[in-house]
Amino acid sequence: MDARELYQDIILDHGRHPRNFHALKHATNLAHGHNPLCGDRVTVYLELDGDRIKDVSFDGRGCAISTASASLMTEVLKGKTLAEADALFKGFHAEVTGKTPPALPDALAEDMERLAPLEGVRAYPTRVKCATLAWHAFESALKNGAAAGASTATVKTE
Amino acid sequence: MSRAAVQTAAKPALDPARIKRDFPIFERNPGLVFLDSAASAQKPAAVIDGVAEFYRTDYANVHRGVYRLSERASERYENARETTRKFLNAASADEIVFVRGATEAINLVAYSWGLKFLKPGDEVLLTELEHHSNIVPWQLIRERTGLKLVVAPIDASGGLDLAEFEARLSKRTKLVAVTQLANATGAMVPVEAVAKLAHKHGAKVLVDGCQAAPRLPVDVRAIDCDFYAFSGHKTYGPSGIGVLYVRGEILEAMPPFQGGGNMIEHVTFEKTSFQRPPYRFEAGTPDISGAIGLAMALDYIEALGREAIFAHEEELTGYGVDKLSRLPGIRLVEAGQRRLGILSIDVQGVHPHDLATVLDQHHVAVRAGHHCAQPLMDRLGLAGTTRASLGIYNNARDIDALAAALTAAQKLFA
Repeated sequence: MDARELYQDIILDHGRHPRNFHALKHATNLAHGHNPLCGDRVTVYLELDGDRIKDVSFDGRGCAISTASASLMTEVLKGKTLAEADALFKGFHAEVTGKTPPALPDALAEDMERLAPLEGVRAYPTRVKCATLAWHAFESALKNGAAAGASTATVKTE
Repeated sequence: MSRAAVQTAAKPALDPARIKRDFPIFERNPGLVFLDSAASAQKPAAVIDGVAEFYRTDYANVHRGVYRLSERASERYENARETTRKFLNAASADEIVFVRGATEAINLVAYSWGLKFLKPGDEVLLTELEHHSNIVPWQLIRERTGLKLVVAPIDASGGLDLAEFEARLSKRTKLVAVTQLANATGAMVPVEAVAKLAHKHGAKVLVDGCQAAPRLPVDVRAIDCDFYAFSGHKTYGPSGIGVLYVRGEILEAMPPFQGGGNMIEHVTFEKTSFQRPPYRFEAGTPDISGAIGLAMALDYIEALGREAIFAHEEELTGYGVDKLSRLPGIRLVEAGQRRLGILSIDVQGVHPHDLATVLDQHHVAVRAGHHCAQPLMDRLGLAGTTRASLGIYNNARDIDALAAALTAAQKLFA
């Protein structure tokens, strides 16, 4: 596999210029993701409005893959319900780990399409963790609960 | 010929292209540019085939059987100890303990010597250049001994600051544990000077020789260290075998680290008396073929010549520094006044893991990340680096391939 198949333009672009790359002032949930293999760190911020993700952002330091993945994640998650977000996570996780993805509602097909450039990591087992780091942090942020402001948890990957 | 003349009679310079042919991995992986020997070195056919041949002809357990086959295996195992003694120029083969690797060697010192001799308030002095395996064991026994860890910093050039090191020595310092060659940056540490200073204050000295043993002549008596550790797999030998050298009178006073067969003299359910060193520290059936394979690797290295290997590593390191420093946007991580065998690279705007993935596309195998030296990375303000490390089979063409791949990666991420 050629490096360009992994590092497609969309990934290089989001790696260089990540979207929603900042802390969230009114975060209801947040979690830190940490990849002990490379020392990469990401913090995912959520502002939940009931069952809906009103806003989502991230910051930290990471490689092009993990930064692009986090950036694309924030773009697709904004405005989603928690159930939709969970379905996207499961679908994405299956795609990058080379498993059969679960059936997704048609409404999410376009979002999955947006995440597709990351599927190239399948051919690089050591890099799958880079692509899933932000998603694991997102999942952890949800579990942290919205009650007492922002709690934190460090997640490990895969 | 005088003795001095014999010692300086240099072996011919290394011929990496010829040496490469001794390593089957390069035949099976044509085009491979292997620059990760600091993580683990490749094995010459002499080791691969030698170990297989040992299993075919002389294998049995050691120090147990009364039959001739076991005697032969025992003899070869003990010969491996003698080969290792010579490799380190230790005074006696009884000072050589076979372990799983340098990590186990340092843990053995911590749990045997450390737990017995370190008291609350005693200090263990490390440096910022250490690998995790020379940090964590001391932290693990800190709670049980009350020892205090003191860290000597590097200077602006990335080498150990000897003045700062000396300033941290006192009569509370019981052990100085220091690398001879920093795995993350290639900075060489003047261990002779370190040992001299440490001994002046009555401290014992442990040298982590993982990166030094395969690259330069090592003489534990010239260094005057009390403990020396290295791993077989980084020295072109098998993985799973390593060496701990301990000065005789210190080893004599150390209690067992693990209990089991072979390390005992007499066992009753009430009390056990233990064997003399080094057997006291080799509980259970050892890695017999590992030790014998290691000896074959050491023989292979000696035949090439340790001075010749040192000269080769120095020359190729110089070539690499020269070549890479000319590339725009690429910075070599500082490694003090003397760098050997390791080029730690920081490419502006490119994460080490992205870089290593692209280099791999060009068949260039390097290590990316923190190199098990997170405190050093923090000190240098880096999340990680991309590390190219050299071995006896590398030549200038490998460096050229690295440089070309780095340039290609820069273009991709520009």
